[in-house]
Amino acid sequence: MKMKLATWVTAAMMAASPVMADLVFPSMSYRTGPFAAGGIPFADGYADYFTLLNQRDGGIGGVKVNVPECETGYNTEKGVECYESLKPLNPLVLQPLSTGITYQIIPKSIVDDIPVHTMGYGRTSAKNGGVFSHTFNYPANYWDGASGVVNYLLEINNGDISGKKLALVYHNSAYGKEPIRTLEALAEKHGFELTTLAVDHPGQEQKSQWLQIRRERPDYVTMWGWGVMNQVAIQEAANIRFPMENFIGVWWAGAQHDVLPAGDAANGYKAITFHAVGKDYPVFDDIQKYVVDAGLAAGSGDQIGTVLYNRGVYAAMLAAEAAKDAQAANGVEEITSGMMRDAMEKLSITEERMAALGMPNFGPAFDVSCENHGGNGLVGVAQWDASAQEWNLVSDFKQSDQDLISPLVKEDSMAFAAESGIEPRC
Amino acid sequence: MLYREAGDFSTTYPQDSQTFPIRFDRYRYYVVLAIAVLVLPFVMTDYLVNSIFLPFLIYAIAAIGLNILTGYCGQVSLGTGGFMAVGAYACYKLMTAFPDVNIFFHVIIAGGITALVGTAFGLPSLRIKGFYLAVATLAAQFFLVWLFNKVSWFYNYSASGQINAPERTVFGIAVTGANTAGWATYLFCLVFTVGAALIARNLTRGAMGRQWMAIRDMDIAAEIIGVNPLKAKLTAFAVSSFFVGVSGALFFAVYLGAVEVGEVFGIQKSFLVLFMIIIGGLGSIFGAFAGAAFLVVLPVILKVVGVDMLGWPTDIVAHFNLVIVGGLIIMFLILEPHGLAQLWRVAKEKLRLWPFPH
Repeated sequence: MKMKLATWVTAAMMAASPVMADLVFPSMSYRTGPFAAGGIPFADGYADYFTLLNQRDGGIGGVKVNVPECETGYNTEKGVECYESLKPLNPLVLQPLSTGITYQIIPKSIVDDIPVHTMGYGRTSAKNGGVFSHTFNYPANYWDGASGVVNYLLEINNGDISGKKLALVYHNSAYGKEPIRTLEALAEKHGFELTTLAVDHPGQEQKSQWLQIRRERPDYVTMWGWGVMNQVAIQEAANIRFPMENFIGVWWAGAQHDVLPAGDAANGYKAITFHAVGKDYPVFDDIQKYVVDAGLAAGSGDQIGTVLYNRGVYAAMLAAEAAKDAQAANGVEEITSGMMRDAMEKLSITEERMAALGMPNFGPAFDVSCENHGGNGLVGVAQWDASAQEWNLVSDFKQSDQDLISPLVKEDSMAFAAESGIEPRC
Repeated sequence: MLYREAGDFSTTYPQDSQTFPIRFDRYRYYVVLAIAVLVLPFVMTDYLVNSIFLPFLIYAIAAIGLNILTGYCGQVSLGTGGFMAVGAYACYKLMTAFPDVNIFFHVIIAGGITALVGTAFGLPSLRIKGFYLAVATLAAQFFLVWLFNKVSWFYNYSASGQINAPERTVFGIAVTGANTAGWATYLFCLVFTVGAALIARNLTRGAMGRQWMAIRDMDIAAEIIGVNPLKAKLTAFAVSSFFVGVSGALFFAVYLGAVEVGEVFGIQKSFLVLFMIIIGGLGSIFGAFAGAAFLVVLPVILKVVGVDMLGWPTDIVAHFNLVIVGGLIIMFLILEPHGLAQLWRVAKEKLRLWPFPH
């Protein structure tokens, strides 16, 4: 029986392996499961930007882009299957869109020489590129996000939040636990009181957490949530009449589908962000013209301008720019994942470059280096306007507390280096 | 024609009581084993190992473990995921605390630790049974996952609560970590799977297995004829948890490499392993393998056929996957409530009489 299965699968893989030499940017997406609401717009944005490059520019440097998709369902076992099935396609960069899968493929990616871009998620200490040679998490990471929340609180309280109470509602997983260490250090530094409330996966059951919030009356609540957990949390916050303007989500808890179910009650909810919101960018006109109107959109085409669609486009843009750099640096069009990694390590995104791509001020300008795989960590705050049904930036992109985060990054990355016997490269 | 006992004479008791008394069956078993050990490692690709063979072998161990408890001793357990987590975290703590000891022994010791934990959670089975016991083991499932999330000692105080398997070798060849070759991890797991199947098979047809089955069939009657329910139930929990712990350790160290307890060892895992033994066949070692193959390999094949060969959208295939696997489960349970193992048994009976059934 075993032999038979092996033969089937080998035959299937032979039939499936592509013959053309494209630039391969796989999309490890999840369009099913409890996080599908967030996974679908991101995957659509990622695919649509590459379709735009193919249709408008004939690919990157004249080579067509291929975006094979693999459904992970946010499940680590399927993530392994996806990683192994994508590996023979010679992917240039992987974007797993799941902290759990990221942890799993970090060691493998080093051996297989495939760069991994975890934009705003994954292992925060991967910012130390000396240890994590193949993992990139520019332009911002969770600890920047935690610091961004506290910076914003400092801003609206005239620089003094001592004695205030901050509650963290988090998804009880690697993802949700990431900010705790930074928030604890920040609480010590600024003298505020931190309460942490874990919500178990998938997060539909949060009554007791919000009862506790009602009892303890924290001044502010921040949330590390994803998928169905966000909608429930915002509804629960509305139910206990928690003032929405004091409720700040992370960038994975700040999309349209998170706030819409609560209706007008969600008005004033805030979320941090590392890229712009809205659809007033020339690039979206091009996507409309070349992709959606041509009937080539990955989804139904109505998600353009939503937060997570923009994030997918942003991720694709950063990948495509790094690929252009790699082509220029090596003088060949058909680059390898190793060249891609080197280019990602030297990537420099400036205002002019984004403007030339039709995305002026879409995200912060940043430079990547061997020491810093995480960009500069600029974090802005957006607020939901329920009557206009749109997110508006209420605080511009500001620098996170690097004095506090850098030692934490160093400590955690060096622990990983010691555990796995890695000599830091720089 | 081929499969019959005619001319196959047993002249000693061991011959008569062997696992495969029919010669053809015995040779078939040796051939499968020889292919698994001598041929497959040479044709193994990373994809085959990591998406099919490793999960199949590891889930088979877990299914054998649960089958001993549920299929042979009749104690329903929904704590398999939690016990797998015990094996995984025990293995992680051992790997990081004693890096010089061979990983092989860590996996065995992790199984031993899980056996102790399983026995402790098996104590209520002496007073409660059936659905009530299932609920008690459900409590074990949630308690263990909560414990590994809450107490940071278990994950060596890492920021995210993830555990990562460092590189460990057997005979100088890496079997955990990133630098592993497919054939090495495959053979490492194969050794454990074959060992587990042999031990389980021989335990279940010995005195201990007969006691378990007596308890399963009617515990009061068993007690009257002299079976000690305390000993029978607790040994079933211990042996079952040992295998489940070994599979949890392999699941973490060899297969996934990084684990987050809530996501990997949640209640879904308990149900998955329970479905494996129900579909495979309760009270059958072959059933454990058949059930594991059905639930591990079928989704991968459907995905390969749907996405890679037919080029359908991934979400449609993922949804179809649920529909097809679910439909097949219902179909199998209606057509053969005793699982795939019973189908196999019926097929063998038919083969014996073929081509002249009477």
